[in-house]
Amino acid sequence: MAKRFAAFLLFLFVLPASVSPVRAASAPAPLMVGSPAPAFVRPDLSGRPVALKSYRGKVVLVDFWASWCPPCIIAIPKLIGLQKQHAEKLQIIGVSMDDDAEAARDVANRFAFNYPLLMGDAKFGHRYGGILGLPSAFLIGRDGRIVKILRGEQSPGELDRAIQSALRS
Amino acid sequence: MHRRAFTGSLISLLAAAPAMAQSGSAPTIPEEALIQPMVLAAILKNGNPPPLLQVGFSVMYSEAHIPGSIYAGPTGTEAGVEKLKAAVKDFDTSKPVVIYCGCCPWVRCPNVAGAYRTLTGLGFAQVQVLYIADNFGADWADKGYPVAHG
Repeated sequence: MAKRFAAFLLFLFVLPASVSPVRAASAPAPLMVGSPAPAFVRPDLSGRPVALKSYRGKVVLVDFWASWCPPCIIAIPKLIGLQKQHAEKLQIIGVSMDDDAEAARDVANRFAFNYPLLMGDAKFGHRYGGILGLPSAFLIGRDGRIVKILRGEQSPGELDRAIQSALRS
Repeated sequence: MHRRAFTGSLISLLAAAPAMAQSGSAPTIPEEALIQPMVLAAILKNGNPPPLLQVGFSVMYSEAHIPGSIYAGPTGTEAGVEKLKAAVKDFDTSKPVVIYCGCCPWVRCPNVAGAYRTLTGLGFAQVQVLYIADNFGADWADKGYPVAHG
């Protein structure tokens, strides 16, 4: 009886793991356009809490970046300009995927950021479907749903068009 | 307006320069040292792959990496290079070793070129670098190749 029970346990736990060793329990669920944006509350680099839900009613751009990602750094002045241009209707949130906050702070000191910067991590990335390359950004509509996922370096004007489109809808 | 835009781009390019210049650029790696994702995936499937080293950033490694690969980075920094040296200190330099990053597009990667130079400088005769054109997500995970998390 005990042997049968052990075999059952083996079947239940070990066998599925060996059949699908790759994206087992910890694989992130994919995030699609139309999905509700995963909620978060995290302190910004100054320690002030930033809650996604507090921006409901605005279009939100969650921008995953890192100090070591040249295209991310190149995009920062553009993002600062967009935040200034659409201050009433748009909120950009920068999520640093740096290994430590010091590197993010160094970048924060080089630009006049007008939007909050938070530290991300693997858990945060998983909640957004896995951030397996930078830059990655998620445009969230006024209703809190993902309207566009921007992966990789964007061509000039692409971000503008995506934001304009989200602001119109 | 154009002048302001140009100045803005120039400032951001200069701001990005430290990240770009840390360890040379990936395109300087000899073509014969590159291994394509499809080829490495086939080697993994057949079993008994060479040692694999992820030489990028730890947050990215925690998010997703090739099963069995060791974290040894980021080699765009001196601390990362030391970590890589420590990771390979007991390796046989005559045997193949595969390194990869995938943090960002190949031409922008701040890590693989430094890792390649470090390993060849240590006498490794068969250093292969996984060619990741855009990033680990698009060129590896999204293709259905094996991924581990944590």
